[in-house]
Amino acid sequence: MKRHWNVPIWAGFVIVIVALVSYIPIFAVFPVTRDVPWANYLLFLLGGGLLGVGVTRAFRDPQHYRGKISGSVLAVLSVLLLGFFVVGTVYLTKQIPLAERALRPGQPAPPFVLQDIAGKQVASSELLKGHRGVVLVFYRGYW
Amino acid sequence: MRGFQQHLSEFHDRGFEVVAISVDSPAESQKLCQSRGYSFPFLSDPDAQVIRQYGVLHPKAGEDGKDIARPAEFLLDTAGTIRWVNLTDDIRVRARPEAVLAEISRLGG
Repeated sequence: MKRHWNVPIWAGFVIVIVALVSYIPIFAVFPVTRDVPWANYLLFLLGGGLLGVGVTRAFRDPQHYRGKISGSVLAVLSVLLLGFFVVGTVYLTKQIPLAERALRPGQPAPPFVLQDIAGKQVASSELLKGHRGVVLVFYRGYW
Repeated sequence: MRGFQQHLSEFHDRGFEVVAISVDSPAESQKLCQSRGYSFPFLSDPDAQVIRQYGVLHPKAGEDGKDIARPAEFLLDTAGTIRWVNLTDDIRVRARPEAVLAEISRLGG
């Protein structure tokens, strides 16, 4: 008897890959899906579920379904990818200094003169003079 | 940054300017502003002097062990006094512009 190609295994694995690689270009762009990456976890869950269905079927009914080996390999790979994602989002991105020396509310903001994108010198005193206030956003940069 | 750009008119309506600071060169920031459509000032602090003064240095975290800024937001009033500070513990999680606007309202802006 011809054995069927075990679609859920492959579909599940593709979804697991999408769950991993979609975070930076898509879900990290929006604060709702960035701060707690629930959308990616849902995708991992969906992919894992499909893989589970496929692998179970391959072992329970090997006469009809392929995928005992490929399913097991892809399931292990998926667990590793999920592990990488979890470590990345709950540990690696938190490896920044505590900033105990950061200036506090009530302290005077140190004045500065820095170049803007056109190479023009911009003084904090000028920015403050023309506005009711200024929001300084420090970011890591792209080097 | 994207969020600040989207809410930029609300900051301007209240008389506030949004200013981004990093160790990136003006040329690098210009590329960023062009590709993402950012229209508020991006300032270059290549030696991280200002970043260090504000106490938000992340030593040796950049290319070739260069010092860079850790993410942080400061709200300054027109007298140059710091009124509010946000220090995240995760580079993924930044202050939302809505939260900064709410803080401006709370401070009477």
